[in-house]
Amino acid sequence: MAVIGVSTSQDNHPANVIYNKNHLRYPVKTFPVNPKGGMLNREPLYTDVGEIDEHVDMAVIAVRAEYVSSVVEQCIKKDVGGAIIISGGFAESGNIEMQNRLGDMAKEASFPIIGPNCLGIYAPDYVDTFFLPGERMIHPRKGNIGFVSQSGGVLVDQMVKFAGQGIGVSLAVSIGNKAHIRENDMLDWFERDIGTKVIAFYIEGFEKGEGREFIKKAETCTKPIVVLKAGKSKKGMAAASSHTASLAGDYRVFSQIMKQHCVAEADNEYELTSFCEALSCFPKGINGNVGIISLSGGHGVIAADACDLHGMTIPDLEKQTMDTIKANVEPGIQNIVSLVNPLDLTGSAIDSDIVTAARHLFRDPNVECIIALLIPYSPGVSADIGAKLSQVARNEGKPMIAYVPNEDKYSIIIEGFELNNIPVSSSVDGAVLMAKALKRCRPC
Amino acid sequence: MLNEEHKTDKKSKFGKKAKKIIETSRAQGWVLEPDAKEIMTLAGLGVPASVVTDSMTTAKQFLKDRGAPVVIKAVSKKILHKTEHNAVVTGIKSGDHLGNEMERLLNLDGCKTVLVEEMVDGIEVIVGAKNDYQFGPVVVFGIGGTSVEIYNDTAIRMAPLSPDDVASMVDSLTANQIILGYRGRCGINLEILTHFLVNFSYLVMDLEDKMESIDLNPVMCTKDKCVIADAGIILQSAAE
Repeated sequence: MAVIGVSTSQDNHPANVIYNKNHLRYPVKTFPVNPKGGMLNREPLYTDVGEIDEHVDMAVIAVRAEYVSSVVEQCIKKDVGGAIIISGGFAESGNIEMQNRLGDMAKEASFPIIGPNCLGIYAPDYVDTFFLPGERMIHPRKGNIGFVSQSGGVLVDQMVKFAGQGIGVSLAVSIGNKAHIRENDMLDWFERDIGTKVIAFYIEGFEKGEGREFIKKAETCTKPIVVLKAGKSKKGMAAASSHTASLAGDYRVFSQIMKQHCVAEADNEYELTSFCEALSCFPKGINGNVGIISLSGGHGVIAADACDLHGMTIPDLEKQTMDTIKANVEPGIQNIVSLVNPLDLTGSAIDSDIVTAARHLFRDPNVECIIALLIPYSPGVSADIGAKLSQVARNEGKPMIAYVPNEDKYSIIIEGFELNNIPVSSSVDGAVLMAKALKRCRPC
Repeated sequence: MLNEEHKTDKKSKFGKKAKKIIETSRAQGWVLEPDAKEIMTLAGLGVPASVVTDSMTTAKQFLKDRGAPVVIKAVSKKILHKTEHNAVVTGIKSGDHLGNEMERLLNLDGCKTVLVEEMVDGIEVIVGAKNDYQFGPVVVFGIGGTSVEIYNDTAIRMAPLSPDDVASMVDSLTANQIILGYRGRCGINLEILTHFLVNFSYLVMDLEDKMESIDLNPVMCTKDKCVIADAGIILQSAAE
């Protein structure tokens, strides 16, 4: 990787931050370039990417806007694999012409360009072109979520949220002004990437007809797609000349079309996080019929209310389901459990009761998915409950979502779920949002 | 093969005629109601029996033949929003009433003829289309009438529609019971509605490079038909 624009005098120049972190902490071989030459860390800088006598896979360009096109030319000449242009000062500052020229150059030479005005890419343990000092960043672990964002700030913020929930990323891309590589190109790329299971987008807007193209690709995409849309308010909408035009505002069109084509639209960043986690475990959708198991009546009701709010159904259970569960739980709780959905197994339940209830709830034809509200302070719950319930879900072949408070002392339960591909939320609401993700991504 | 030919033939016929109507409407930027309804008819969508005329005799004959009530509307290149210009009179039952109102309409700005139509009843729905900047042609469907913009109980889908899309549109409306029927009231025939919306969505695709938006508001639907009571097509401006 060549980093072009490294400064000999400014240690915190974006190019220096990028060069340093990759050179020192990542396995990529990194070459510093500055047309003015000079020395950095007692090593001479290359003055032109052409001077590097090895093949260069990628160039990161952080020179002033007016020099970008000549640097890109040098990269094309050197047969570099592609470039990330960090530099700002293009369309966002009114220099649309300059940006269009850059896009045309890229297309003409089939030279992929990400940016300009972007942070570039972050691939855990591999490469990181974000110009944020490593010690300031919160890094999500390596995982299977591919994330594409027009805004660099939103991308970094989302990385913090992913890390907080233990969600891993395959590749995060900040596409900035999208002069060449755009959302649709990234969708194609992630569809082919075997390390990615869920493709997530932060989208501000599409160009003319680009939304239709996105939907066409989404229809044939084999992986769940999550989108978070910014710019939902009505401002800027021209006075409409017909009923239809005023009824079908830009955001309503976007939102309903995403729903029509089973792209899961997250309403906010919390949903985006929950959706990604749920869909990375369960790529197939449900219609929204949820069975709830709790050890406290209150939790069950809160979850049922949240399900209702988010448009999901808490179906009545077959009599046979309730009878079977009752017959198979410990005699001590047979007469105190409430077996109407949401189920309350009470604080006296032990592991085997929870496993029994989950197994038969899964077998009920009205239930498509279980939310298990596991309050680990209940005395009969053991550290193995996560692994045990995961096993039930796998055997029964339906999705399960767990709620366990995110505390260090419960981590063995959380891992018991997560290592067995059952998503865990640290809040009841979060667990419901995960179920909502499955509904949003209903198989068409 | 035969079927295919028939299809192309039908389409090209539709295309030629519709194109001609649209070309003649370019000047005012939108299509007059009788012309818009002809395009809908060509696309296989139901419209009320009607006559466009400036003659009292013809109008009165229509009333006599079809039976009361009828509705009359001014046909004028100067009047896009007819309600705002008081250019629609509904529920006309007598020849005298027809004559008086027709005379008034013919004095409105740019009005040379009137559209005399049989009145259809049913559940009012809105069917519309818009050429969306990001997604291209989209279809809007919802509970119709003049207060449609207040409730905005509508569903939007990308054209063309599949029958499943129509089902999900109906399902997503807050007031879907009005369409399905409630408390003993008859709903809309969903099969006919589906056919209508799917057909309309293909028409919208055909007009992709010509229209900016289409309003069919209201479409009157019953358990055995869907009929377009009012139709308007706004054309793309030449600059686009």
